[in-house]
Amino acid sequence: MKMDRRSFLSFVIGGAAGTTLSPLPWKLTDDLAIWSQNWPWTPVPEKGEVSYANTTCMLCPGGCGITVRKVGDRAVKIEGTKGHPVNNGGICILGLSGLQLLYGPTRVPSPLRRTGERGENRWQKVSWDEALAWVAEKLADLRGKRLSHTVACISGTDGGTVPRLMERFLTAFGSPNFIRTPSMRDSYEMTLHLMQGAQASIGFDIENADFIVSFGSGILEGWGSPVRMFRANSVWKENGVKVVQIEPRLSNTAAKSDKWLPIHPGTEGALALGLAHVILKESLYRKDFVGTHTSGFDRWSKEVVEEWTPEQVETVTGIDKSTIVDLAKSFANAKKPLAICGRGKGNTAGGIGEFMAVHSLNALMGNINRKGGVWAVPGSDHIHWPEVEMDAVASAGMQQTRIDGAGTDKFMHARHLLHRVPEMINAGDPSLVQALFVLDANPYYTLSDKALLKKAWAKIPFILSFSSFMDETAQNADLILPNHMYLERYEDVPYAEGFNKPFIGLAKPVVSPQFDTLHTGDAILRLAKALGDPVEKAFPWEDYEGCLDDTFGDQWEELQEIGYRVESDFEPGSRNTAFETASRKFEFIPEESKDAAKNVMVKAEGEEPAYPLVLIPYDSPRLASGFIGDPPFMIKTVPDTVLKENDLLVEVHPKTAQSLGISEGKPAVLKTPKGEARVRVHLFEGIMPGLVAMPTGLGHQAYDGYLAGKGINFNDLIGPVEDEVSGLDAAWGIRAKLSRV
Amino acid sequence: MSTNDDKAKEKAVAETENHPGHSEDKKGKGSGGSILLFFLVGIIASLLVGWVVFPKLLYSQKKQPINFNHAFHVETVDEGCASCHFFREDGSFSGVPKLAQCTGCHEEAQGEDPEEIKFVTQYVEKGREVPWLVCSRQPNCVFFSHAAHVELAKMECVTCHGPIGESTHSKIYEENRITGVSRDIWGRNIAGIKRNSWDRMKMEDCAECHAEAAAKEVSELEGPMEGFFNNAVKIAFPKSLSGRKTSVQTQNEACFVCHK
Ligand code: SF4
Repeated sequence: MKMDRRSFLSFVIGGAAGTTLSPLPWKLTDDLAIWSQNWPWTPVPEKGEVSYANTTCMLCPGGCGITVRKVGDRAVKIEGTKGHPVNNGGICILGLSGLQLLYGPTRVPSPLRRTGERGENRWQKVSWDEALAWVAEKLADLRGKRLSHTVACISGTDGGTVPRLMERFLTAFGSPNFIRTPSMRDSYEMTLHLMQGAQASIGFDIENADFIVSFGSGILEGWGSPVRMFRANSVWKENGVKVVQIEPRLSNTAAKSDKWLPIHPGTEGALALGLAHVILKESLYRKDFVGTHTSGFDRWSKEVVEEWTPEQVETVTGIDKSTIVDLAKSFANAKKPLAICGRGKGNTAGGIGEFMAVHSLNALMGNINRKGGVWAVPGSDHIHWPEVEMDAVASAGMQQTRIDGAGTDKFMHARHLLHRVPEMINAGDPSLVQALFVLDANPYYTLSDKALLKKAWAKIPFILSFSSFMDETAQNADLILPNHMYLERYEDVPYAEGFNKPFIGLAKPVVSPQFDTLHTGDAILRLAKALGDPVEKAFPWEDYEGCLDDTFGDQWEELQEIGYRVESDFEPGSRNTAFETASRKFEFIPEESKDAAKNVMVKAEGEEPAYPLVLIPYDSPRLASGFIGDPPFMIKTVPDTVLKENDLLVEVHPKTAQSLGISEGKPAVLKTPKGEARVRVHLFEGIMPGLVAMPTGLGHQAYDGYLAGKGINFNDLIGPVEDEVSGLDAAWGIRAKLSRV
Repeated sequence: MSTNDDKAKEKAVAETENHPGHSEDKKGKGSGGSILLFFLVGIIASLLVGWVVFPKLLYSQKKQPINFNHAFHVETVDEGCASCHFFREDGSFSGVPKLAQCTGCHEEAQGEDPEEIKFVTQYVEKGREVPWLVCSRQPNCVFFSHAAHVELAKMECVTCHGPIGESTHSKIYEENRITGVSRDIWGRNIAGIKRNSWDRMKMEDCAECHAEAAAKEVSELEGPMEGFFNNAVKIAFPKSLSGRKTSVQTQNEACFVCHK
C-alpha cells in the first residue's frame, strides 16, 4: 500500500488525535514547568538541621564575635554574637558578607605556581608536598649562602600564634625582617611607649566617656573596633554625650556628631595644641594628676602657651579662635572628656607629633588609665614558648639591620616601617629581599607610591603569598599557598582594636575547608620540618592545633567553649605604677622625641602652583579598604555618587568645581606628584573648598569580576611622607590638580 | 498592457481549468479506505507511544544504595516512624535520617545481614552519608511543613506516605529524567488516577485535602488532568473565585504559602 499525501496527512491527524488522548502532552507540560523552576543555578535553600556556631571575625582588627547560622553543613548567615564583650550582637556590613568570601569565586583553590609573567594570572596547580619542598629548597639555598636575613615577611597582624610562628620561623632561620602593615596601631603604640613607657595597646573606655573630641577618627566609618564604636555612638546619643568631629569633610561621623568643625587637613595636631593652650591659660587642667603624675609639664606648657595661641591656630587650621576657646572650655569642663585621633578607619600610621598632642590633651584632663579615659592595655601574654636556640647562621642573620630600619638609631622607637621597604629594595643590588612572604596582608594594593613599589617588586626573586583569596599580592606572587579562610580555621585573635580590656578571641572552623587549602600555621611547621635542624627544633609541635593546645594549656578547652577570653574586671595600673618611664611619670616631652611637638603637622607632598588643590582620602564602612576587598554584596551598597558603573567620583566643593569649570558628574583628570587618574566629579558642599576627596578601597585589579576594575586605588595616587621624628608614614593627603577633559 | 503578474494569474487559472473534475472523484473514492486506515494507525501508534513508550522513556531506574527493611526497624523501635523521622527541637522535620542517627545503633554490624554489613563498612566506618534516593522529595520550589500537618492537623504519616513502614525492602527508585524527582510524585499511574490518598502528591492532591478542610466541598475541584489550570487558578486566587483559603491554619491565600 502506497502512502500518498492524503494518507500521510490523515496519519498525522490520527497521531495528533491519539496524542491528545494520551497523557504525553499533559505530563510533558507539567514536567517542563517543574524543570524550568529547578534549573541548577537557581538558588535553593539548604535542607537540613539548623545549627549555630560561634567564632571570631578576622576581616578587620575589630575582634567581633560572630555566630554563623548553618543548615546542615552549609553556612547560611553570619550574625553578631549576643553577649560578646566587644560587639554584643552587632555586626558590620563586611562581617555580614563573609559568606561570599567563603563560597565566592575569589578563593584560591589549591597551591598555585605561576606559569606566566608575574601578574598575568596564569597558574599551575601543584600539590602541597611539591609546593612546600620548592619553598624549602629556595630557603635552604639562601641560608646556605648566608643570606637568611634577606627573607622577609609582611604580615597584617602580630601577636597571635600564626604571626608569632612566622616570626619565630624567621628568627630560627636567621632573619629579623618580620614587618607588620601600617595602621594607627603603630603611632598609638609609640605614643604609649614614649609618654608612658608602656609596651601596650591603646584602649579607650569610650562607653564611659562623656565628651568626645575626635580629630578625624571615623567613629562611624570603621575606626577602632567598628561595631563597638557604632554601639557606643548610639549609647552616647541616648545619654546626651557630646561628640565634636574635626575633619575637612562631612563624613558619616561628622554628620551624626553634635558639632562638626571643618579643618584644614593635616593641621589637627595644631588644633589639639591650640585647645591645650586655652586649657593651660585658663588653668582648666586637672592639677592633681598633672602635679603628681607627670613630668616635663612646665617646659611643655610654656612652649604651648607661647607658640599655639588661638590666633595662630586659627591661621593654621582655619577654625576661628572663639570656636577654639569654646571647644577647649567645654572639653575641660566635661567630667570625663576623651580626645581620640587616627584618621578615618585608622588604616594609616600618621605623625607621632599629632598623636602625642592629642594624647597630651587627655593627660591634661587626667584621664589616663581612668574611667572614661585612655587605657594602656597590656599585650596578650598567652604565648610563652621556649627561647629559640639560634645557630651561627641564625644569630648572624638576626644581627643584620632590619630592612625597614625600624629599631635603628634613626628610628629607635619604631617597630615596623613597611613604607620604607620598597625604597630600600630599590637601593640595594642585589635586592635586600630575596624572598618575600605575605601573610594576611595585601601590600601590592595597600602600599603607596606604586612606581617605587612595582620596581621593588620586580627585584624580589621569590614572592610567596599565603592568601586565601586571589588578591593583588597573590596575583603578583610566584607561589600561593592558600590558608584556610577564617571560617574554616582555628586562630587566636590577640586583640580587638581600641578595646580597653585584655582580650583574646578565638576563630574556630565553622565549616570544613571547601578547597585544597592548608592552615598557614601548619604550612610553617611543615616548612620548618623540611628545613631540618636547627629551624625544625624550634617547633616542638606536631601540628598547629597541637601548638594552640600547648600554648593555651589548661585554658584551651574553656577558650574553645566560650570563644574568647576577656579580663572583664581589668583595671589599668594605678597611677603610681602605671608609668614605666624613667621618671615613673607621664612624660609631656619624652627625652627621645623632643622635637615631636614641633612636628605636629606634616606637609603634604607636592607644590603649588603645579598642584593647586589637596587630595585627601575618605573611608566608608561600605568599602573594605584593608587587606580584604569588598565582597559583591557590599559593593552593591556603594551609592552612585561614589562609584558610577566603573567610574570613581571624587568629591569637590561646588565653588572649587566652578572655578575649574567642571560640573556634576563630568569626567576630569586628577593628577598628583605620584600618579594620574581619570575620575568623575561629584559636587558636595560637605567638603572644604580647595580639596578633592576620594574614597579608599576601590580600584582593585584582582579578586573577582564584581570588584576588579571598579574605580581607582587611592594608594596609586599618593606616596609616603616620612615623619622625621618617628619614621612612621605620616601622609594624610597629597597636593593635586584636577582638570576637565 | 499586461504585466508579468497578470500573465502569471492567467496561467494559474488555465492550469486549474485543465484539471478535469472526474479525475479528482476517482482518486477520492479509491483512497477512502486507506485514509481511514492511516488515521487509525496514527491514533493507535500515538496512543501506544503516549501510554506505553513515553512512561518507559521518561523514568530512569535506580537502586537504593542500601536495601532497607522498614518493617523490621518499625518492629524494633519504640516510637514508630518518629523514632527515626522526628521533629527537631526547633520544630523542623528531620526527614531521612543522617548517618549520625543510624550510628546510634549501627556503630558496628548488629547481625549477619549483608546489607547491614555493607552499610557499616561503606558508610559508617568511612563517615560518609548514605546517598538515599528519596521517593517523597518534592521539587525544590515546593515548601512543605511537616509540623503543620503532623503536629497541628494530627495527620497520620500513612495518609501521604502510604504503608512504607510495612515494606521489607527498598523498591526501585524511578527518577523523572526531566524534573529529577521521583515517579511517586506524579503517581505510578501515568494518567494520574489514584486509588489511595498517597498514590500521588501533586498540587491537586494537596489542594484536594485543603479544599475539603477549608470549605468541605471537594466537588468544586475538577479531576487532575482536565482541570489542572482551573484548579490552579482556584487555589491561587481562592477568594476571587470561590472564597477558599490556601492555608487552613493561617488563612493565608498566596501562591507563596507553598511555592517558594
Ligand atoms: S567590625 Fe571587623 S571584626 Fe567586626 S564584624 Fe565587621 S569586619 Fe568583622
